[in-house]
Amino acid sequence: MLLQIAEPGRSTAPHQHRLAIGIDLGTTNSLAATVRSGETMVINDEQGRSLLPSVVRYLPSGKVDVGHDALAARSADPHNTIQSVKRFMGRAYDDLGDLADIPYRFVCSEGMLQIKTAADVRSPIEVSSEILKQLRERAEASLGGELTGAVITVPAYFDDAQRQATKDAARLAGINVLRLLAEPTAAAVAYGLDNGSEGVYVVYDLGGGTFDVSVLRLRQGVFEVLATNGDSALGGDDFDRAIYNWILQQAGLSGLPTVDLGNLLAEARRAKEALTELEQVSICCNLSQGLAVALTLTRAEFAAMTRELVARTLQPTRKALRDAGLTRDAVQGVVLVGGSTRMLPVRSAVADFFGKQPLTNLDPDKVVALGAAIQANALVGNQQDDSLLLLDVIPLSLGIETMGGLTEKIIPRNSTLPIARGQDFTTFKDGQTAMSIHVVQGERELVFDCRSLARFELRGIPAMVAGAARIRVTFQVDADGLLSVSAREMKTGVEASVEVKPAYGLGDEQISAMLQASMHHASDDMHRRALVEQQVEGQRLIEAVSAAVQQDGYLLELEERQLIQQRIAQLVDAMQGQYSEAVRHAVEALNGATQAFAAKRMDASISQAFTGRTVETLGV
Amino acid sequence: MTITLTERAAVRVQNFMTNRGKGVGLRISVKTSGCSGMAYSLEFADELDGDEMTFESHGVKLLVDAKSLAYLDGTELDYAKEGLNEGFKFNNPNVKATCGCGESFSV
Repeated sequence: MLLQIAEPGRSTAPHQHRLAIGIDLGTTNSLAATVRSGETMVINDEQGRSLLPSVVRYLPSGKVDVGHDALAARSADPHNTIQSVKRFMGRAYDDLGDLADIPYRFVCSEGMLQIKTAADVRSPIEVSSEILKQLRERAEASLGGELTGAVITVPAYFDDAQRQATKDAARLAGINVLRLLAEPTAAAVAYGLDNGSEGVYVVYDLGGGTFDVSVLRLRQGVFEVLATNGDSALGGDDFDRAIYNWILQQAGLSGLPTVDLGNLLAEARRAKEALTELEQVSICCNLSQGLAVALTLTRAEFAAMTRELVARTLQPTRKALRDAGLTRDAVQGVVLVGGSTRMLPVRSAVADFFGKQPLTNLDPDKVVALGAAIQANALVGNQQDDSLLLLDVIPLSLGIETMGGLTEKIIPRNSTLPIARGQDFTTFKDGQTAMSIHVVQGERELVFDCRSLARFELRGIPAMVAGAARIRVTFQVDADGLLSVSAREMKTGVEASVEVKPAYGLGDEQISAMLQASMHHASDDMHRRALVEQQVEGQRLIEAVSAAVQQDGYLLELEERQLIQQRIAQLVDAMQGQYSEAVRHAVEALNGATQAFAAKRMDASISQAFTGRTVETLGV
Repeated sequence: MTITLTERAAVRVQNFMTNRGKGVGLRISVKTSGCSGMAYSLEFADELDGDEMTFESHGVKLLVDAKSLAYLDGTELDYAKEGLNEGFKFNNPNVKATCGCGESFSV
């Protein structure tokens, strides 16, 4: 038995070690790290390699290769060798755009897409779980015991479906998930603790397949995420493809067999990596039909062909800063995360943008796993002081649909997690006994433009006049970013709730698209919201007046009745139009026309109540 | 009465302490628990406790309380690698039996 040194007072009884690891489940590579005798370190395999390629190969025999072996077979067996599976987590077939470059045989099915392999049909969850299983085995061999749990990192932009899929994959791999942690937050933990520096930082994370940018404030050991943004379909793979397209173009190639495409893509990647050290690199590749490629790629050419890709990372960076209410000058340092930040065009673009050199003193491939390991170690109780408090944020506002298809935001975007927030709503019609609650996610004013997460009904509301019932809707988002919504009628206590386990297959790219749309349509949306609000108000008034006329119409003079009917017609007319102001005027006009009527009704109901009673019996 | 570290173990302890940024030494004790009765405990020490015995080995202070010392006298603490796993190993001449996993022992 080999022992590790514990923090004072934290050593455990025999057989009760709390072994915890952090896992960076990446698009291109995955790795695990742990804290051992107070030192955070990456866990290597038998060959001393830390990165496990996120590649899984299914063989006809049922055997599964994971990592380097699978990667090596990628060109030879492209249909059964699944890579970048993270892009498919929690996604439906329809969410995927252009599938021309992807060699897998997808199976069209309900919910999350599936991939047909030599072994059987596999879901992205199952593929991911093979990667996680491999890391778990590596960790248990290295730490000499069973794991208590793991912190697994996910991109900040992962929606509920993708987070749930990640958790499911971990469970399938026999891993107890202590917590899901946003990748940039994990990086901040690694840097914040190791350097102890305070201030506002930007974490710029360009991985193999995703780009995330986060604005963080580090203060007295507490990390607060001020804002996040990103592009979940942009990463080092795209830079490989840029070189690959350049090779095809330069060499005048097209219609190559799959094997050649794989080899060329691997060559493109090698060239990209070599350009970090070298001024220029030669690209040589023998193709299957006796063709050969021999080209030279310089740094300048590489920078030119990827300028647009690099620029695409700066747009979300600007937005994140704007969301945080900060200018570039307020940023004290920029942390680079992800292997793709080794590329010189990326580094210089970031340095130019912020006017300062980015921090790179931790290995950008490992920093996320190291941070996750520190967090995992603290969560299982091995940390001496519990001063480490992590705040994550929700990427998009959460709310419900109100009358007229408007979104009422209950938890605004970038709120820190965990969070619970309630808001009171009421009934719209007299005698309404049920309410349909439609949970939506997004920044737009109209439900139509937001994403639907769930629907449920609250029944058994006692019959009351419109507006009298009080229904409290509570949103709760746990530390993993998973949402539960409950609705409760406050008088009777009837309650209904839903756990939002959204249907798999809602695209994460949509999130960034939705955010952009909300910026573009901001003034448009305001207009539409104002119109819908006035329309709802108009409808409510027409219903109330019509009911009153039906009940107490005998109180009206003929002219008065005609005027009210005329004003109702005018209001209906205005409500068909596009101008909220016109609707508002018509509402006021109808209100004015019914004032005398309302007073008469009041008098009538009072005299009715008082008829035949003396002052004494009224107890005045 | 003495407890020692191998040089390899001492280098490790010093590395860990530098990494941690604080600590005066290594506190070693024996606790009565585990499947064979006794178990080792290994912790960083942030301050000295007046009642403890202090040994110094290759520049590292080892702190041991009197009761534990009775079970630990003559022990050499080594740093070893077993497959992928690595950690501290107690070579304790007093031990007569250990449990299957070696984590606890009896004297």
